Order: sequence, then structure tokens, then C-alpha cells
Amino acid sequence: MSVTAAAEATAAPAAPLYRKVGSIRRERRWALIGAYVALAVFVVFFLTPPFHMLMTSLKSSAEIADLSNNPWIVQSPTLENYWALLNHGSYPRHFLNSVIVTLSTVAITMVISLLAAFALARMRFWGSATLATGVFLTYLVPETLLFIPLFQTIGSLGLYNNLWAMVLLYPTITVPFCTWIMIGYFSSIPKELDEAALIDGANHFQMLWKIFIPVALPGILAATIFAFTVSWAQFLYPMVFLVSSEQMVLTVGIVSDLIRGDTFQWGMIMAGAIMAALPPLLIYAFLMDYYIAGLTAGATKG
Amino acid sequence: MAQVSLRRVVKEYEGGVQAVKGIDLEIADEEFVVLVGPSGCGKSTTLRMIAGLEEISSGEIAIGGMVVNDIPPRDRDIAMVFQNYALYPHMTVYENMAFGLTLRRFPKDEIRRRVENAARILDIGELLDRKPKALSGGQRQRVAMGRAIVRDPKVFLFDEPLSNLDAKLRVQMRVEIKKVHQTVRTTTVYVTHDQVEAMTLADRVVVMNQGIIEQVGTPQELYHRPATRFVAGFIGSPAMNMIPARLENGAGALRLRLPGDIVLPVPAERTQRYAPLAGGEVLFGIRPEHLTEPKNLDRPNIATFEAAPEVIEPLGMETLVIFSLQGNEVTARLDPAVPAERGRKMPFAADLNQMHLIEPRTGRVL
Amino acid sequence: MADGNVLAAPAPAPAAVAPARPGALRRLARRRSTLAFVLTVPLLTVIGGLVVWPFFYAIYLSMLNKRMTRFVGLDNFAFLLSRETFQLVIMQSVIFAVGAVVAKALIGFILAHVLHALPAKGQRKWRGMLLVPWVIPPAISTLAWWWLFDPSYSAINWMLMGIGAPPVAWLGEPGWARFAVILVNVWYGAPFFMIMYLAALKSVPDQLYEAAAIDGATGWQKLRYVTVPMMKNIIAITVLFSLIVTFANFDIVRILTNGGPQDRTHIFGTYAFQVGIQSGDIPLGAAVSLFMFPVLALLAVFVLRDVTRRSREMAG
Repeated sequence: MSVTAAAEATAAPAAPLYRKVGSIRRERRWALIGAYVALAVFVVFFLTPPFHMLMTSLKSSAEIADLSNNPWIVQSPTLENYWALLNHGSYPRHFLNSVIVTLSTVAITMVISLLAAFALARMRFWGSATLATGVFLTYLVPETLLFIPLFQTIGSLGLYNNLWAMVLLYPTITVPFCTWIMIGYFSSIPKELDEAALIDGANHFQMLWKIFIPVALPGILAATIFAFTVSWAQFLYPMVFLVSSEQMVLTVGIVSDLIRGDTFQWGMIMAGAIMAALPPLLIYAFLMDYYIAGLTAGATKG
Repeated sequence: MAQVSLRRVVKEYEGGVQAVKGIDLEIADEEFVVLVGPSGCGKSTTLRMIAGLEEISSGEIAIGGMVVNDIPPRDRDIAMVFQNYALYPHMTVYENMAFGLTLRRFPKDEIRRRVENAARILDIGELLDRKPKALSGGQRQRVAMGRAIVRDPKVFLFDEPLSNLDAKLRVQMRVEIKKVHQTVRTTTVYVTHDQVEAMTLADRVVVMNQGIIEQVGTPQELYHRPATRFVAGFIGSPAMNMIPARLENGAGALRLRLPGDIVLPVPAERTQRYAPLAGGEVLFGIRPEHLTEPKNLDRPNIATFEAAPEVIEPLGMETLVIFSLQGNEVTARLDPAVPAERGRKMPFAADLNQMHLIEPRTGRVL
Repeated sequence: MADGNVLAAPAPAPAAVAPARPGALRRLARRRSTLAFVLTVPLLTVIGGLVVWPFFYAIYLSMLNKRMTRFVGLDNFAFLLSRETFQLVIMQSVIFAVGAVVAKALIGFILAHVLHALPAKGQRKWRGMLLVPWVIPPAISTLAWWWLFDPSYSAINWMLMGIGAPPVAWLGEPGWARFAVILVNVWYGAPFFMIMYLAALKSVPDQLYEAAAIDGATGWQKLRYVTVPMMKNIIAITVLFSLIVTFANFDIVRILTNGGPQDRTHIFGTYAFQVGIQSGDIPLGAAVSLFMFPVLALLAVFVLRDVTRRSREMAG
């Protein structure tokens, strides 16, 4: 803004003397146009699948099957797919299961991470530096490396095809990252603040509860959002450990329930997908800054 | 209200580095004591040991007659003002000041009474609902002090509280702190690296250097009778001139021979004091304010000599003139009306009543 | 002085002063580190019980025969290496990870730059739209891609035919299927690169560009001598991190192709699932997973090095 204003201000008086300024502005304008073109191309690329998803979800089965139509446009929009999903079948059950697992995981994750991060950021103890590094390395362990031995373990615990096995397993993905970024946020709180609290008479739990948690609230929000989106999106563990529709969560349930043999109910699949994508999208829309803070914190904090 | 005693207090860090090397200090009830010294001299560590934020490696600290070595900060009944204020960013000014009392389960109306009283003393009554973010540096400083006052502790501890303020505000807050102390009369330990702050605030100043106490005394004592070369150089601005000289015996009196063959007579009443050093090398110490244009020549022990100024710094109310005696820079303070010109010899007068002699080997001032 | 007190250098404390004190001090130290330990116990339980232990258990499992009755040493690994399918899995995993990460890094870099050049006001809106693929759970968005690639109803093919091009068997022909899984992964992951690079770009002080402009640098030279060196560390961290995640991917391939056609798009994760869970050969599945470990460990070491270096830089 200020750049263009300044350019106009200088360009206005002695025109011949400042002809160069005009060319810089023209260059800038072309660069900007180029930028917008590039952005538009990628926005189309990035938004095509969700757009097509939405269009399909609004079509009746007959319209989907009709090959003479333009597949990108919905002719006669209908909510019948959504209606069918919400009133018949196990979609509501899956949704509820996803909510239960995700909320439980978030709660467990945040308690574990906050306690551990507080200890690791503020109390030096034997092995604390090693442990902090260990937390980061754990975060880099993908679940595809561990699901087979966990399959055995969960089976022997009698938790196979049990929703609560997910609550047990999801923290392995969320806790390391959340602990890691909370260590970063806690470390950025000036040391004098705990000293002041110490002199004011706070014990360690009061310090955590009344000083650290309120001060690091943006970080906590970012970590919570991360834990939520990761739990909501988890696919491998339910795929491996859950079988029956009663226990299933959304990510797997949409496909497993709506594909009967060779009949793909694409309208309902897409409607289910839209609704399943909605919670993270809403969180993203309303808390974008915290979402992005959590995303970028991994590499820059700690 | 209480006195504070430090007995042979040592702070040793991992790897055997000693930040504080066994200091003794008695601070009287209601006294305002300033610890001053260059960075790394151990003054902040000492303060933090009194606060209980650092463990004491050996020796003991007593507050109000009770040894507090093993007592956590919250039970020492102290309050501290930090360099960066350490206000809780998520609490209002009122909550910041009330926090310590809330944790100690004071009744609500007692808290309110104390906070409002402190706010009145510090003139921050209108700010009580604001968050620290919305305050200026000076206001934050006041809130930090308010947080200490409401607690009505045995001891106030200040850790360089003014160093984050600009020069003008610093002078103003200095006055404020002095006023507050005169009102509440709480024993105060104040740490600073600024000797002007130390001199203006303190009942007694403790000059520290490299983990030991160089000298303890009132500001006047430190200025007029520094005990060591370090104190002589640290207190006073511009710093005391220290010129290598030879103490000569001549005709029953002592003479100082400065570089450039300037000879100054040592005052007769000091002959006996300086006699043991006669014939040896010494450091001749004299403050710039005692090195002036020739004046009061009728008084005893005023000696004159000539030198050529190299740098002239007019400050308005006075003019600093720097000349060199064979490579030794010397600063003099002249009346601004005296004409001085770079490179042209002019007369100076040294008030030898105010001279010091320093033994170069031990650094002791005789 | 046994617990926690690493100092160990016994200070020559004058015996006259408070003989009870060292004991009390030690108690204090113990209390603090005990509390710290208690606070980390839940974390240690999660890491130990659900990450470290399964890892070693996986190693043990991978050395058993199919019915888990007999110890067979490294036979499972040898058997896998001798199979052509598995050789294809190794190759495809590498192609998938490297191809996708290179494309994601390039697109992310370009988009970050383009976004950074926009006036601050519009930037937020564009950024908001460009991050959408990352926000939708990949298991969900891949369904949309699957539908876009459908053999008979493909909306992409409908457009291709519109411009006179022949329809493509996206998921039916090995070459196209490989391309498709990479494309979807790029679509999902490029926004992450964009957002990381954008954060890094914003942290480069404007004065550096101004100084470079006064020194006579062109736009390209600014990129080459200011931007890239300043972002080097973040670029490395993001690329390494994404290599790990992409290499160990599961969702996209599983939903889109399930390894087909003819096992040509299987990567370690999906193949381990097929062998270990679906075919019930747990030890062999564990062995497939463990083949990832050396690569992941190597990448992790590099990430750790770069992250430590970066935090040190930011601290200093």
C-alpha cells in the first residue's frame, strides 16, 4: 500500500524527471498480474476435487448415472443423499464414534502433553534433554511402521474391534508432536515470570495452572487443533483394528458401508465425505491463525 | 521489617566457577542498600540468593534473624521487582498485584484495601483494569513495584529495575522509588550497574567486583575515601584520573614526579601516611573535578602545572578537557568561560587536598 | 549427593555452618526432580508402551514363521528380497516418495513466493483457499479423486473428450496409476510446503532485500543470494519431514488403487497391510514394515540435526 502511495506522490510533480518510476510501476503491475494468474490456476487445481465432491453429493442417483450430462454441473440439486445418510444406515453411528474417539484423544493428549512439556521446559532433571529429543524422534515414527506389532498387542488385550482401542492408540500420533510444540511455547515464557510467581507464593501446579496455561493459550489452542485434525483424519488404525459397523469411525466407514459389491453409491459417498470433511474445515475457517501456527510450529519451535 | 545478614556466602556453579566468593554483609532494618558493580560481578546472584531463586553453595543468609538457606522463596516473606517487570500478561493490573495475596488466601476486602492503597501510593489507580500490554514502560514499572508493596514483605529486592527505561524516565522513577521507600520504610536491597543510581538511592552502597565486596559505605564515603583502586575508578563520572608517578623524597617533604616532569608537592599532613612508599612507583589518583583552571590559589595544597589540551568537550555547564602526559590520558573539568584551545599549552590547578595514592601492586588506596 | 546432583564437586563447606543443611538441600533437589519425573510418566508410558516396545516386538515378530511357531532368523527378509513383487514395492516407494516430494516442494515454493508478493490484504484470502487440500482428511479427499478417476464416469475424461483427447484409464493402467497416486499426494501435500515456506519468507527481514537492492541485485539474484540461503534450513527440514511421511504413506494408495493394477502401485505401508493383515502373515508383514526403518532412521537423523541447528540459530 505505502509503496504505491509513495510512488504516486513522487510521480505526480515533475513528470519528465521521474519517468523511470512509471516503468517500475508497470513492471510491478505485470508481476502482480502474473502472480494472480498462477494463483488462479492452483486454486482451480486445489479446489476441483472438493467442488466435484459437492456437486456429486447434490445429484440423484439417476442424474449421476446419466452419461450424457455434464458431470461438473448439477442439473436438479437434491439433498436426498444427505437425508438418506442421516436417517438410514450407520452413518450417524460412525459420526458419533469419530466424535467420541477424537474428543477423548484430544483430552488425553493435552493432559499428557501439558504436564510433560511443563516438566521438560522448566525442570531440569536427569535425562530431560534426552527425553525431549526422544519426543521429537517419536513424532517422526510413522504409524505404518508399528501397526503390525500393535495388531498383535491389541488382539492379546482383547481390544480388537473395539472403539476404545483407538483412544489408546491415537495418542501415539498426537502426543509427541503436541508435547514438542508445547515445550517450545513454554520455553518462550520468560523465566522471570515463574520466579515472580515463586516469590508470590505459587507452587508448581499453581504455576502451571495460573501462569503457564493462560500465557501459552494460543499455543495450547494450536496443539489442540492439531490433535483434533490428526485424530479425525486417522485412517490406518481403524482400518486395521475395527471391523464391525457398530465400532467403525467415519474415515473407513464411508467406503466400507456404501460400497456393496460392485454398486458404488457415489452420491451418498460424496455426501458422507462432505459431512466428514466439515468439522476440520470449520475449525480451519474460524481458527485459521492457530491452525497455521500449529502447522508451522514443529520446525520453528523448541 | 527486618535486617538481612549474609555470612561467608558462596555461590559455585557446575564446573567450579564461583560467582560469589564468600561475602559478609549486614543490612540493617529499614535500610536501603544498593549492590553495584560491573556485569558479572555477582551482584544479581547475591540478590537471587537472598530471594531464594538460587541455592546457596555455602555460608548462610538470615532474614529477620532466621536462617533462610533451605526456605523456599514463597516462605521468605520477600518481594522482588524484576528488570523486565515480569508482569503476568494475562492478568489485569489489579490481578497482578493481588496474585500473591490471593495465593496466600487473604480475605477479599483486605486484598482490595491493600491494592488500592498501593495504587494510591504509586498513582496508578486508573490503570487497575488494564492488562500489562496496554501500559507504558514507566507504568509497568510502577505496577511491578505495586505488586511488591501490597505484600508488605520483610524485604524488597530490586534487580536492575530501571535499566529498561529511557534516560528521562529513569531519573523520574529513581525519585519515585526513593519516595516509596521513605513512605513504607521496608528494608531494601537494590541491584544496579549504574553508579549514579547507586549513589542517589542508597543509604549504603556495596561495591562488588569479581564475586567479592570491594567496599561498603555511604555514598559520601565511597566518593571521598575509596578503599581500592576499583572503587576509586568505578565511583564518580567522569572517572578518576590515575597517573603513574614516582614518590620522591626531597628536603623533608614528599614530591610526586608525574610523566612529563611535572612535580607536585605532597601535602605536609600526609607525609607520614605516604612515607612507607617513598622512593617507589605509585598511581596518583585525582578526580577531574579537582583538576581545574587555576583558582583558589591562596588555599593550601593547590599546585599548578601546564599542559596542552588534545580534546575539548564543552558540556554547557562545564568543559571537559583531555590532555596527555606521555601517553597517559588525563581529564580536567574547567569553567566554560575559560578559553581552551586544542594544542595550545594552558595552566591547570590540582587540588591536592583531594588526591589519592594507590599502591599499584595491591590496588589499595592509601 | 547420589540423586540428580550432577555437580558432585563437593564444596568445601565450613563444618561450623549448619551441619543439617546438605541433607535438606538434597531433599529439595529430590522433590523437584521427582515431581518432574511424575509429570512425564504418562508421556513415557505412551512412548515406551506404544512406540518403543512395539518397535522391538516388530523385530521379534519379523523373525518368526507364518504361524508364529518357529524362529526363522532373517528368512522373511531374504524371502521378500527375492520376490519380484517386493522389488517393485521398493522401487515404487522410492519413485512415489521422491517424485511427490520434489513436485510438492517446487509447487510449494512457487506458491509461497507468489503469495508473498501479494498485498497483505488479499494474501489471507488466497492463502485460505490454497490450504484447503491439506485441511480435508486425505482418506476423505482421496474418495473425491477416486470418483474423478472412475473408469466410466470420470469427470476428467469427460473434459479430455471435450477437447478431443482420448480418455485415460487412470487407475487401470500401471503408468497412469503411478502418476495418479503421486498426483493426489502432491495435491494434498503441496499446501503444507507452501505454508512452511511462506512462514520462512516472512521471517526474512525486509532490510536484507533493501540492502541487496541498493547493492544492485536483480530479482533473481535476490532469490539466489538472500532468500534461498535464509530459507535453506526450513527447506531442508520440510523436505526431509515430507520424505518420511510420504515414504510411509498409506491412505492415498490404499483407497485409490489398493496397490493395483498388478501390485504396481504398492508402497511399503499398503503392502505390509495386505501381507500382514489381509493375508494373515503377521511376521512377513512386520518384515515389510521394517524395511522402511533404515531409510526413516537416516532421514530422522538429518531432520533432528537441522531442527537443532535451527533452534540454536534462533536462540543465538
